[in-house]
Amino acid sequence: MKERIQIILKGIFKENPTFVLVLGMCPTLATTSSAINGLSMGLATSFVLMLSNMTISTVGKMIPDKVRIPSYIVIIAAFVTVVDLLMAGYLPDIHSTLGIFIPLIVVNCIVLARAESYAAKNGAIDSIFDGLGIGLGFTLALTFLGFVRELLGAYSVFGYKLVSGDGIILFILAPGAFFALAYLMILFNMVKKKFIKDN
Amino acid sequence: MAKESSFKNMTLTLLVITFVSSAVLAGVYELTKDAIDAVRIRKINRGISEVLPAFDNNPSEDVYKKFVDGDTVYVYIATKDKKYVGAAIQTFTNNGYGGKFVLLVGFLADGTINNINVISHSETPGLGDKIDPAKHGFSLQFHGKNPETYKLTVKKENGDVDAITASTISSKAFCDAVARAYAVYREDVMKKGKWNGNSGATPKQ
Repeated sequence: MKERIQIILKGIFKENPTFVLVLGMCPTLATTSSAINGLSMGLATSFVLMLSNMTISTVGKMIPDKVRIPSYIVIIAAFVTVVDLLMAGYLPDIHSTLGIFIPLIVVNCIVLARAESYAAKNGAIDSIFDGLGIGLGFTLALTFLGFVRELLGAYSVFGYKLVSGDGIILFILAPGAFFALAYLMILFNMVKKKFIKDN
Repeated sequence: MAKESSFKNMTLTLLVITFVSSAVLAGVYELTKDAIDAVRIRKINRGISEVLPAFDNNPSEDVYKKFVDGDTVYVYIATKDKKYVGAAIQTFTNNGYGGKFVLLVGFLADGTINNINVISHSETPGLGDKIDPAKHGFSLQFHGKNPETYKLTVKKENGDVDAITASTISSKAFCDAVARAYAVYREDVMKKGKWNGNSGATPKQ
């Protein structure tokens, strides 16, 4: 069990997909205009990651080498469409804000990278935990980024207005995403260096 | 690590994977169909309530489709206390600067335009996207006008519409869409009365 927790923690800190691996920047920059959007995008991706990791680690060994990538993409696309349909039906507001970025999880490099570099070589249970860890790392990063941008850009937290007024609109717009991401990345890596010695 | 690839096992693997995936998707689609439809209907009704005065029926159940100029125009009839209020017409144009755009035009019983909303467009941000009432007052000039007397073309072409500066193409396309909506409204709603007339509701001429 201890190793499993280690796998999850590795996804959150040592191999954080956003701040360390710097993968999946498109949804990261585009959907984090508020904390709740970042959170939902992260959770949707985590769900896909866990299911695709599980499936690919189970059936991966039966897939011939040359059609490996097309097979992975079909499996991932199926799970993404499941998430897309479920969100369209039951979370229509979030679905319309995230819009095109839900179907685009298919080409999110985090998902394919984990399938290729982890799930194809490890067992199903380990792969689920890897998906959970990486997914949580992505979710936390997106939520935190959305939290900072929403706080500075709209003076609100998870939709609750703290101070009246417009805020620094720049942080809601595209340039603010880059600024906030850059500073958070510096901060994250400073903290990481201090506490995790072994890298 | 992985298996040797031969033509036979590659074809077979892809076939099985795509088959299983489509089966799963078909299942989930069936499962979520009703919920997604409900969401869509709520969205349409909300849009209709923005372009028409208060109504108490469910216009998306009372929809009438007409195929014109290569696409479909949707007519939603609104009634209140079984009396005719007006119709919201989802219309389109293919002449936009960015191609097709879709509008929802609300007509009152006598053919007067009540309100217009933009449903989707891909006009240039900052120029053509001023057709959207949320961005610019361009579409407000149509409110309360009856296309019977109000000429739906830009002033440059001897019409009555003030075009958006530097976006004549978008403005003309907007007029085209509204004119298409009005043509359908006049032909099918005002003249022929194509709605569920079981309540005896008749639009006043």
